[in-house]
Amino acid sequence: MNSVFVYCELEGNQVAPVSQELLTKGRSLASQLGVKLEAIAIGSELKEIENQILPYGVDVLHLFDDKALAPYTTAPHSAILVKLFQEEKPQIALMGATVIGRDLGPRVSSALGSGLTADCTNLEIGEYEDKKTGKVYENLLYQIRPAFGGNIIATIVNPDHRPQMATVRQGVMKNEPLKDAAKGTIVNHKVADYVSQADLAVSVIERHMQKPSHHLDSASIVVAGGYGMGSREGFDMLFKLADLLHAEVGASRAAVDAGMVDHDRQIGQTGLTVRPKLYIACGISGQIQHIAGMRESSLIMSINQDPDAPINAIADYVVTGRVEDVIPKMIRNLKEISK
Amino acid sequence: MEKFNIIVLAKQVPDTRQVGKDAMNADGTINRAALPAVFNPEDLNALEQALAIKDRFPGSTVTMLTMGPERAKEIVMEGVYRGADDGYLLSDRLFAGADTLATSYALSTAIRKIGKFDIIIGGRQAIDGDTAQVGPQVAEKLGLNQITYVEEVLEMDAKNVTVKRVITGGVETVKAPLPCLLTVNGSAAPCRPRNAKLLMSRKRYEVPTWAVADVNADPAKCGLSGSPTKVKKIENIVFQAKESKRFGAADADIAALIDELAVNHIIG
Repeated sequence: MNSVFVYCELEGNQVAPVSQELLTKGRSLASQLGVKLEAIAIGSELKEIENQILPYGVDVLHLFDDKALAPYTTAPHSAILVKLFQEEKPQIALMGATVIGRDLGPRVSSALGSGLTADCTNLEIGEYEDKKTGKVYENLLYQIRPAFGGNIIATIVNPDHRPQMATVRQGVMKNEPLKDAAKGTIVNHKVADYVSQADLAVSVIERHMQKPSHHLDSASIVVAGGYGMGSREGFDMLFKLADLLHAEVGASRAAVDAGMVDHDRQIGQTGLTVRPKLYIACGISGQIQHIAGMRESSLIMSINQDPDAPINAIADYVVTGRVEDVIPKMIRNLKEISK
Repeated sequence: MEKFNIIVLAKQVPDTRQVGKDAMNADGTINRAALPAVFNPEDLNALEQALAIKDRFPGSTVTMLTMGPERAKEIVMEGVYRGADDGYLLSDRLFAGADTLATSYALSTAIRKIGKFDIIIGGRQAIDGDTAQVGPQVAEKLGLNQITYVEEVLEMDAKNVTVKRVITGGVETVKAPLPCLLTVNGSAAPCRPRNAKLLMSRKRYEVPTWAVADVNADPAKCGLSGSPTKVKKIENIVFQAKESKRFGAADADIAALIDELAVNHIIG
């Protein structure tokens, strides 16, 4: 039976967290289908990279190790995937909905004439009936994603084309290596069989990596502000609160668009997805597009002067009041208990 | 001085940023009538990069290309009013219901018909689908190199283009041989406004419309029949309402709230 494949994105010699999340999901999909889970790592100096991949219960790891393959450029990576998929005929192929995955996925799907669904937030296995022909397809991949600016959830299937391809957002799936994974096989491929000189025409001349300004994706508490915070000064108050809680500060798109806070802190459909232990929404009304990025939080607190703010419906704690009254009081109380 | 022929890919989209209560029909479908149709924001960033190349290399041309219903001619006209030379609308019932693969196939046939180009520039993604797939898929169909998430075209000469692009956690400078395709990120320079003179002089520009037969497209690869992905279902988002604990803004309320969080080890 045809395998489930996961493309492992590399950051230096680290496997990206989103790829490990996909390996976790890929393992459960493969087990449900009774097929193998196979992983692909493409890069340079991949010695021991398997230690970050095989523990997820990967049956076969395909390695492509060559100087020319890092840093990432589109053509060599897509040439490898296209040929490998033509040879191996996976039924499902997954990658992260990151800058790399969203550059690579469509290229590969176009070359293979297969369907690709972007930015999925859930994957399931199920059946599908073609209403026109009455044909029923068993064990298709349900590619579930918010669409239309996050206002609806669409379930997409690829009935007739393989592989069924999907990119998946970081942070929406669990990252859980197996306790006692059997040792998978490693296949070292000869890169020259897959990549031609013409694939190396695009070159990365220079690269500047900035130190991340926040760790929202791994924070256990997130303090998020919306348009109701009113100003940059309003957000200063949130940074103070976050400091006391060892939390990170996030924002809704409305607050970002109004220039109250930097756009790399935006949470929601077109921003980050977070799932902290506690999410404190301050002055956020709760547009669906925002909720799409935080609904998986374990506990949600909403601070809003509107007792009927939509976000209150999904909140465990609702504080009705003006943020400029409530937040300083919270700060005062927190300072007291930390004494 | 070099001259370049530039094609700009642009889409007319419902403004999903302005979704109000009447945006969804009771049956879970989209009430398109309730949403204004706008020039996809990142396609405007793409247009600006194209016009900036034309500024730098006089004699270069900018050609708009869009696909959609008759009304989408507005996108071509908007481009012309801001400085594009001409443009085409790809419109045919047979194109309807296309997923990204069928869309990119259709666009690639139109680009082949346009024929002469050095660089194709589009927005990174459209706000109605947020897929970012059409750019790379058009590039693949035409056998071109692609650079996505571009923030600025830095240099161009007869052979190469050099761009700054945004990557996870940083930026990189990338050089690619021409012809190639770029997709432009929303963090790039905003588009210049309409030019008052052009608004007068180009008012009567007739946007050529091409149907499937005009671009020699294979109908089987267009629209719904050319789309490998099928929509199984669409659901309105319904949130499980929770039993929430309510607090006021009084000192005692806030103290009780913080206490509860601390006692339950949610904080601290």
